[in-house]
Amino acid sequence: MTTTTRPAPAPSRGGVRAVHLWIGVAVLAVGGYLSLGIGAATSVGIGDLFPPTQSEWHILATSRIPRLMAVLMAGASLSVAGLIMQRITANRFVSPSTSGTVEAAVLGILIATMFFNSTSLVVKMLIAIITAILGTMIFLQMLQRIQHREGIVVALVGLMYGGVLAAITTFVAYQRDMVQYLDIWTTGSFSGILEGRYEPLYTVLVVGVIGYLFADRFTVIGMGESFATNLGLNYKRLLYIGLIVVSVMAAVVVVVVGAIPFLGLIVPNVVTLLMGDNVKKVLPVTALAGAGFVLACDVAGRMITYPYEIPVATIAGVIGGVVFIWLILRSAKGAAV
Amino acid sequence: MTTLISPSPTRSHTSPEEARRRRRIRVTLGILAILCAVGIAAYLVYDVRGSWEYAMDLRGRQVGSLVVVGAAVGASSLVFQTIAGSRILTPSVMGFDALYLLVQTIIVFFFGGTAFMLMGVGERFVINTVVLAVFGMLLFRWLFGRNSRNLLVLVLVGIVIGSLFGSLTSLASRVLSPNDFLTLQDVMFASFNTVDANLLWVAGIVCLIGLAALVPLLRYLDVVDLGFDNAVALGAPYHRVVTATLAVVTVLVAVSTALVGPMLFLGLIVANLARQILPTHRHTELVLGSVLVGVLCTVGGQFVVGHLMDNGTTLSVVVNLVGGIYFILLLMRTVKL
Repeated sequence: MTTTTRPAPAPSRGGVRAVHLWIGVAVLAVGGYLSLGIGAATSVGIGDLFPPTQSEWHILATSRIPRLMAVLMAGASLSVAGLIMQRITANRFVSPSTSGTVEAAVLGILIATMFFNSTSLVVKMLIAIITAILGTMIFLQMLQRIQHREGIVVALVGLMYGGVLAAITTFVAYQRDMVQYLDIWTTGSFSGILEGRYEPLYTVLVVGVIGYLFADRFTVIGMGESFATNLGLNYKRLLYIGLIVVSVMAAVVVVVVGAIPFLGLIVPNVVTLLMGDNVKKVLPVTALAGAGFVLACDVAGRMITYPYEIPVATIAGVIGGVVFIWLILRSAKGAAV
Repeated sequence: MTTLISPSPTRSHTSPEEARRRRRIRVTLGILAILCAVGIAAYLVYDVRGSWEYAMDLRGRQVGSLVVVGAAVGASSLVFQTIAGSRILTPSVMGFDALYLLVQTIIVFFFGGTAFMLMGVGERFVINTVVLAVFGMLLFRWLFGRNSRNLLVLVLVGIVIGSLFGSLTSLASRVLSPNDFLTLQDVMFASFNTVDANLLWVAGIVCLIGLAALVPLLRYLDVVDLGFDNAVALGAPYHRVVTATLAVVTVLVAVSTALVGPMLFLGLIVANLARQILPTHRHTELVLGSVLVGVLCTVGGQFVVGHLMDNGTTLSVVVNLVGGIYFILLLMRTVKL
């Protein structure tokens, strides 16, 4: 799928060196460490972390560490999913939250809860993954039929499509008196993350590695079917691999954490603006940046109304919305859209 | 859309074809008016059980607010499309009613809920509308000035503003004191199921004033529809008409949002339907038609949802579902947006 808008050429100052990555990892590690000291259980503060007593360790192991891991993995995977999607479609305004992927996953959870309520989280997740793949496939089909392929029209169609899926979900949920559940799935929050409730998230690590291995080929298939085929790539198969990687990441995060708006859109865009757009090099940075962004949002959410919490989706929605508007206006000013 | 200015009826050279067209418009408007009357009557008397007095009072208020909303949305969307020069733009799609809600939040946030509630419904409404008018004018001056040739940018920004507002409301709900937030919710979503009689009176009168203010603008809008260059060449005070129309649109949007909250696609469906069934470019007829279609959609829609489906869903979900699909089709089919 080619579009008239190519991603902006990489600024020459870009380029990722190993040193940058290590700095990123270090910053994230310090931030993560500090975040372990925040929580409603005031008996565990930053000072108690080294070394924790047995009761302090219990709080850390059952609540704080799972939460930190979930934050990092959710942020990293949604950002990477956005990056891969933007490469596959060669369009900067495509991401799981502007292509119906997230909404389709929510619909999947609703269906799973309605028909197989007693089953485990894993079954719900599988159903959500399937609906996410189907939903994203329909979006890609629509993209091919659309008259205008500019980034902004595509983003609009994607948002509307997500809106229609959300309306169907609400419609069904309303009939079954399940609107309150919907609220939980559509608002990303880490407050319910405890040991034993987040482990499925580790799937995204495996999928992320697959995404990394295929990173360069995703860029090539973004240049169009004939171009990719000429280079000897199996366009269809690669497209489906990308689709599955993205859908699994989005669906797993939605099932465990809930939806985090605009994350997959703004993080890859900002990283690409700063670092250039060599996917293989940018992908690890995107993962780190996404993890860092969600960590910052989560910490802010826990501090603003301490000891109460503001869900991460709310904070990310405000910041993400502002950044998204800035990106739109920026692209409108620069490129002839 | 090629536009032929039809000869005015006072000049008597009407061809038979033209006469037929005029009759068709009159008949269509007549049928719409009859359908509206039937719809309203049906809504009032269908399946009344128990006290008639109680039913009439409650249903009268409901139908009153539906009529006000339908008329306000129909008129404002149609003239907004004309001044924006696009068939896919409506005030809601541009985030105008999200803006109204944002203004409410800001007022409650800074002045507190108690001070806000002490004011009467009328005063509150006037303050809201004035603040919204100023805000809206500034925003649209800025946006139209910057991207006057790229309306899609405006649409996308509007939609993101809408979603951004959702996050801000959620943030406010957690930062504001519970009392202040309750106040805010009351003013934001006076659900039409239990419309306050005072608010309905104020809204109805303001809506009438807004519609009346539109009347002298209508014939200028016929010319504005031809685009800036043509309109100025024909001697129309383009900027004055656009500014005045925007002011009226702001007031009408405030009326409908205050009554039932945002309905993203209602105006889009209504205005486009009116343009499709009325073969004319005259705004006197188009606006009248759009008002009637609007009333028919709200009253008819709520009749189906409330009485026939036994409140199995909400009107806004149905509107989002139908409108979203319609909007995607418009985006995909239309060559010139």
